[in-house]
Amino acid sequence: MEKMGVLEGRKELVVALAGNPNSGKTSLFNELTGSRQHVGNWPGVTVEKKEGRLKFQGIDFKVVDLPGTYSLGAYTEDEMIARNFIIYDKPDVVINVVDATNLERNLYLTMQLLEMNANLVIALNMSDEAKAKGIEIDKDKLSQILKVPVVMTVATKGEGVKELLENVLKAVEFKGERYRIDYGKELEEGISELESLIKEDEELSKKFFPRWLAIKFIENDENIMKEFSSKTALMEKVKLIQKKLEGIFGEDAEVVVADKRYGVISGIVKECVKKRSTPEERYTLSDRIDRIVTNKYLGIPIFLVAMWAVFEFTFALGNPLSDWIEMFFDWLGEVTASWLESIAAPDILISFIRDGIIAGVGSVLVFIPPIFLLFFAISVLEDSGYMARAAYVMDRFMTALGLHGKSFIPMLIGFGCNVPGIMATRTLENTEDRLVTILVNPLMSCAARLPVYVLFAGAFFAENQGLVVFSIYLLGIVLAVIMAKIFKKFLFKGKTAPFVMELPPYRVPTLKGLLIHMWERGSLFVRKAGTIILGVVVLVWILSSLPAGVEYASAESYIGRLGSAVAPILKPAGFGTWEAASALIFGILAKETVVGTLGVVYGAEGDALFEAIRQHFTPLSAYAFMVMTLIYIPCVATIAAIRRETNSWKWTFFAIGYTLILGWLMAVIIYQGGKLLGFN
Amino acid sequence: MLKKGGIVLPISMLPPGKKAVVVDIIGGEGIRRRLIDMGIVRGVEILVVKNDVGPLIVGVGEMRFALGFGMAQKILVEEL
Ligand SMILES: Nc1nc2c(ncn2[C@@H]2O[C@H](COP(=O)(O)OP(=O)(O)OP(=O)(O)O)[C@@H](O)[C@H]2O)c(=O)[nH]1
Ligand SMILES: [Mg+2]
Repeated sequence: MEKMGVLEGRKELVVALAGNPNSGKTSLFNELTGSRQHVGNWPGVTVEKKEGRLKFQGIDFKVVDLPGTYSLGAYTEDEMIARNFIIYDKPDVVINVVDATNLERNLYLTMQLLEMNANLVIALNMSDEAKAKGIEIDKDKLSQILKVPVVMTVATKGEGVKELLENVLKAVEFKGERYRIDYGKELEEGISELESLIKEDEELSKKFFPRWLAIKFIENDENIMKEFSSKTALMEKVKLIQKKLEGIFGEDAEVVVADKRYGVISGIVKECVKKRSTPEERYTLSDRIDRIVTNKYLGIPIFLVAMWAVFEFTFALGNPLSDWIEMFFDWLGEVTASWLESIAAPDILISFIRDGIIAGVGSVLVFIPPIFLLFFAISVLEDSGYMARAAYVMDRFMTALGLHGKSFIPMLIGFGCNVPGIMATRTLENTEDRLVTILVNPLMSCAARLPVYVLFAGAFFAENQGLVVFSIYLLGIVLAVIMAKIFKKFLFKGKTAPFVMELPPYRVPTLKGLLIHMWERGSLFVRKAGTIILGVVVLVWILSSLPAGVEYASAESYIGRLGSAVAPILKPAGFGTWEAASALIFGILAKETVVGTLGVVYGAEGDALFEAIRQHFTPLSAYAFMVMTLIYIPCVATIAAIRRETNSWKWTFFAIGYTLILGWLMAVIIYQGGKLLGFN
Repeated sequence: MLKKGGIVLPISMLPPGKKAVVVDIIGGEGIRRRLIDMGIVRGVEILVVKNDVGPLIVGVGEMRFALGFGMAQKILVEEL
């Protein structure tokens, strides 16, 4: 309780987690706050700021998890978020999460944090991996040199968390000096000259730690230079000093500054790190795995097999489980109907419960098992470190498009859901590349579209279900690639940003981690079933039952009339029925409701729904319908994400328009082409 | 530090298994800065893990990077 003093009358302590990508910030955040934010083994998992709370020794903490960044010189949207929070929001304490296996590179950011006088505590994370690799870090020595508390942590196991918090509390009260790099006479002269100018300017010195700002000026930091371009007198001085230093050193001042930093770091590392003498190993286990996984001949086949395995796994295990859920809903439907009849409930209520709620929501919930299993399988790819390799392997294609491998990661994430997929484009350096990657993301088939495929493929292609669904996903990738090429060629002629991406070491996913991921994303789907899908289903039922006296779900009902108005356009694609048309219309609200709507208008779920589908579609028109569902108009949540991330209505409408046209064209080509080839 | 007189060449020309020291990074400021931030700087020892088709894979200490070919051409090294 006596610790309350550190708050100095404020409500809570603000603690930010900053560090290199993939160093374990989010794992630590989850451990600290009991949250379940997304963790994955590739750089760039977290792309937005997340807050969580905790109480320790009677004090309230607000913990902020930030995207990873290699330096404070932010190039990408996600790095910008981290940078801005640290320099403008000025958290009380910054926990610098450092990957202990890569101390040298990680300390580069640490030096910059020290320079801006952030109140630091270092978490030497991944200390288990460091130990396994024979890297011994003398943390007391490190702490002594940097004059910053250093705590060993293993975020995934929660080790060191308590000690970390104790040190955070100590750091709040810290008043002394931290370590400061001596940049050598010439640079220091320039720095102090600018520093005194900055100190004279009240606006500047209030906003920033003067020495840090001075160094940023000398480094010619893009963001900082832009921010202060209007201060002409100061800028002139900056240019002058930069010129002078370049004269002395014979190269850009920024390189000299960086060299100096790394030089100092290298000295510190020599003092604090002992690598147990192991027999000289050029290649790590990860390298050996990479030799196969990224092999020039095997890389792409392995990627395709991995994807195919995901679907086989999803269906082989998912279908029998779905059957059980289906049996449950069949039973539920019967029991409720007969009970309602026994209490002489009005017909309309029976229809509402049986045709509306149970057929509508039930037909979607049946797909819980495959969706959960799909998320499970995706998590395996994410946690193992394969994501970055897939990006590497696909770089060959992406380069042909004028994009690069990194653009493939948002596309892979899109397989789970397009909203995080679109947000993941924040990690791309180049705005044009980012826009293209956003625009094609909806073509990556998300989990919400899976029920449609399972239903239709199950009804017509039960033998080859996995393969048929796989073909749809593949079609999505191919179309995304073609569209990206077209967009890049005609709309965004800019050049591609150079490609450099960190490949994290392979890690064995933990079952606990996988289950948490599966649960987190899967339960969102269940929640969606209880909210938006339920809402849409009720709406569809009402529209099916009105106007009063109309035969339920007939062409004369409101929904029948709505669907009939659109159906003729869909006729060339082979599914010109009002039922299919209205399913597509309501599917825009959430793709699961394509199935939900069909369930309501056919008044069936489970086996009966399969039967109804077989009556109203042919194998060929079913395939065309699956393709249409894959491509046409993104769901509203995705549309909103596109709007938010592009910050433009123009591109948002463009995305809606081109997907609609493309979807229709593809469905028509498949149906008409298939008929010509003699399919039915 | 650097031996005098060694041959300086872009890392894209080294076969896998070779180790080299970074001598210079040419090319635009943006590229250089990105590499500096990621720890690929002058004087650093770099290992070529893979170099056939597609991006190179290189190692700096325990870290591994995928480097686009264009990028790799801009990193000048001296073979060890
Ligand atoms: N062995 C080990 N693995 C860890 C530790 N901390 C995190 N990891 C793993 O490292 C990977 C990255 O963890 P994240 O918490 O997502 O890292 P992050 O810093 O938030 O990453 P970005 O959001 O991409 O910047 C995951 O696979 C974690 O399971 C640790 O202390 N020991
Ligand atoms: Mg994270």
